[in-house]
Amino acid sequence: MHRPNKVEWGQVIRPAIISIMFFTVVTGVLYPALITGIAQVVFPYQANGSLIHDDQGNVIGSELIGQQFSDPAYFWGRLSVTGPVPYNGAMSSGSNYGPLPPALIGEDGMIQARITALQSADAAAGVTNDALIPVDLVTASGSGLDPHISPAAAEYQVARVAAVRGLDVAVVREVVAQHTEGRQLGWLGEARVNVLALNLALDDLSES
Amino acid sequence: MTIVGFLQIALYMVVLLLCVKPLGLYMANVYEGKSRVNRVFAPGERGIYRLFGTREDLEMNWKTYALAFMVFNLIGLLIVYVLQRAQATLPLNPFGLGAVAPDSSFNTAVSFATNTNWQGYAGESTMSYLTQMLGLTVQNFVSAAGGMAVLVALIRGLARRTTNLIGNFWVDLTRSTLYILLPMATILAVVLVSQGVVQTFDNYQTAQVVDETALTDADGNAVTEQVLAVGPAASQIAIKQLGTNGGGFFSVNSAHPFENSTPLSNFLECLAILLIPAALCYTFGKMIGDTRQGWAILAAMTIIFVLLLGVVAFAEQAGNPNLPGIVDQVSSAANPGANMEGKEARFGVPTSALWAAATTAASNGSVNSMHDSYTPLGGLVPMWLMQLGEVIYGGVGSGLYGMLIFAIIAVFISGLMVGRTPEYLGKKIEAYEMKMASLVILIPPAVVLIGTALAVVSEGGLATVGNTTPPVHGFSEVLYAFSSAGNNNGSAFAGLGANTPFHNTALGFAMLFARYWLVIPALAIAGSLAAKKSVPVGEGTLPTHTPLFIALLIGIVILVGALTFFPALALGPIAEHFMMIGG
Repeated sequence: MHRPNKVEWGQVIRPAIISIMFFTVVTGVLYPALITGIAQVVFPYQANGSLIHDDQGNVIGSELIGQQFSDPAYFWGRLSVTGPVPYNGAMSSGSNYGPLPPALIGEDGMIQARITALQSADAAAGVTNDALIPVDLVTASGSGLDPHISPAAAEYQVARVAAVRGLDVAVVREVVAQHTEGRQLGWLGEARVNVLALNLALDDLSES
Repeated sequence: MTIVGFLQIALYMVVLLLCVKPLGLYMANVYEGKSRVNRVFAPGERGIYRLFGTREDLEMNWKTYALAFMVFNLIGLLIVYVLQRAQATLPLNPFGLGAVAPDSSFNTAVSFATNTNWQGYAGESTMSYLTQMLGLTVQNFVSAAGGMAVLVALIRGLARRTTNLIGNFWVDLTRSTLYILLPMATILAVVLVSQGVVQTFDNYQTAQVVDETALTDADGNAVTEQVLAVGPAASQIAIKQLGTNGGGFFSVNSAHPFENSTPLSNFLECLAILLIPAALCYTFGKMIGDTRQGWAILAAMTIIFVLLLGVVAFAEQAGNPNLPGIVDQVSSAANPGANMEGKEARFGVPTSALWAAATTAASNGSVNSMHDSYTPLGGLVPMWLMQLGEVIYGGVGSGLYGMLIFAIIAVFISGLMVGRTPEYLGKKIEAYEMKMASLVILIPPAVVLIGTALAVVSEGGLATVGNTTPPVHGFSEVLYAFSSAGNNNGSAFAGLGANTPFHNTALGFAMLFARYWLVIPALAIAGSLAAKKSVPVGEGTLPTHTPLFIALLIGIVILVGALTFFPALALGPIAEHFMMIGG
């Protein structure tokens, strides 16, 4: 049993070279190929990015990736600080602001700018809105691509969107309700509204 | 916090702890060659060892074992480096990405070979599909398997008597990869795809956006297209979570909706962080023939984890008192409330806080929210969990071998109190073991504190700090970076622009020191303990499975971590906390 505590090089060099080649093939080629094969056969829609197409078949977005909306006729999503433009799907990024910098909380900061934009849009639409603004509507998401807002953040914008579109508030609220998902399996995560899907549904409603 | 938020965390802990015994037992059987998979695949396994030029029964002394680990890592590191430098001329590069800069390539190669997976680069705009697969995914598997192998060798050192053999590295590496990581990753990857995580070799997609007036570029032209980065992500994400790697496919890691699409995918990815590290405690107990010892270690880890998780969840839930009064931060069924900066609407605050604690307790480092935007105390906890040495569950393998070293320190200190030679699991702990254990305990803090100190007095270290108001937050970003690299975690306060020659180099060396200067002493202890006789349990033996010992172990871990890092933390997050609540 006892061998001296000397390094046995024969057990080191050749196995190291061959094993890394072996594991590269198994975990770097076969494994991703296997997962891609299963994914493309069983879940092709999800595996390719949950893409949304228009009537002509053009890609107009992904169910999972938010888009920038600034037209008051649309619901607005989370703030996005991806560069060079918000909601850049090829350059995900959060703001990475700590809790105190003026760029976040100052009078010219990101949060105040969003508050002002929401309030001016309400005023321009002739809507009086005294509600508090839900925090997710004035903060940037971690990814910069968050497709969702909270039901409260949607409710905050219902009156404005209805006024600009000339729709009944109850009608818009109904469309929001149809696009509100509860917690998954009743427990997990948060209730949320998919902003892109909601806005597309409103466009459909206005066209018909 | 809403009741549901609390329940989600409770559900997580229950599911995690329920998995410990079955998975831990399976792993113990795999390593001892007694599992059904060993029997079924025995001919194939023998063939693999023949190909490698080794045999299952050809066991190694600790020096050979350590060298096999090091050489294997070095070759892997070189491959990842070369792949990045040459990716422009290699296939599977649909976006036409250029070669990665030398300093960034070095940093990333070290980062993935050491199971740190610190990312100075942005995945979707830097790495070709080929680099992600052949370089990064492979290291995700084998760096994790390497950590597990070292743990198994240390367990053998504790369990065996009067031998200098602690196992065959290639056998432990192969079994960890093929029988544990690969099947688990396959299942998880497919489930993740079902939730919306992408898995394709197609080019990036381009979408015609809906509100065409919303965006203008720098020249004032309307931007009406959105490029959607996709790729073979799910296969990499599954293993980066299971192997406590953490390196994301996309820049924002598991905050990205294509990387972590739904609350269910979030739950499973978060569970995958702690699953193997927690279950290895049972594996340890089983392999030394006394499962109570494993449960005691797991209890100590779990108590520290739950307490610190409570702090981060509470701090984040309290929100940011400096927001304008018109902002509603109160949580309800319709409003996530609390500190939502840097967090995703589908996850909310409780599951983001849970992830932040889990990913830093284990040396995972993946994120589903931006830690840099946490409240000061919410950000202090992840930082301190790393500074404790990544032993609260910790990295796969590395967490438990780190914690076993702490257990050795604990029996040594209690031995000093009563004036008796300390022993752990029947092995006398003597001067040699204590020297090696001291290295394991002292090197990471030295790397973290010296690294941070050098960075904050040098121009290169401070040039790319993201938050300069208040300056203490910038200090926190640097301290976090070195805590992460110096403990092989990989998460970041991402405001720090770390893709600079200074940080790529400094953090690269921090990761190297932290990984190998711990592996070598840990294996040296394994070799030394394996050679010893077993001491029979006597009246004076300190039992190491009791609540008393659990409390002692917790005390040692907390005391070492607090004494070492309190001054630095006071200059960063603690100072910022008082600035925040003071207005």
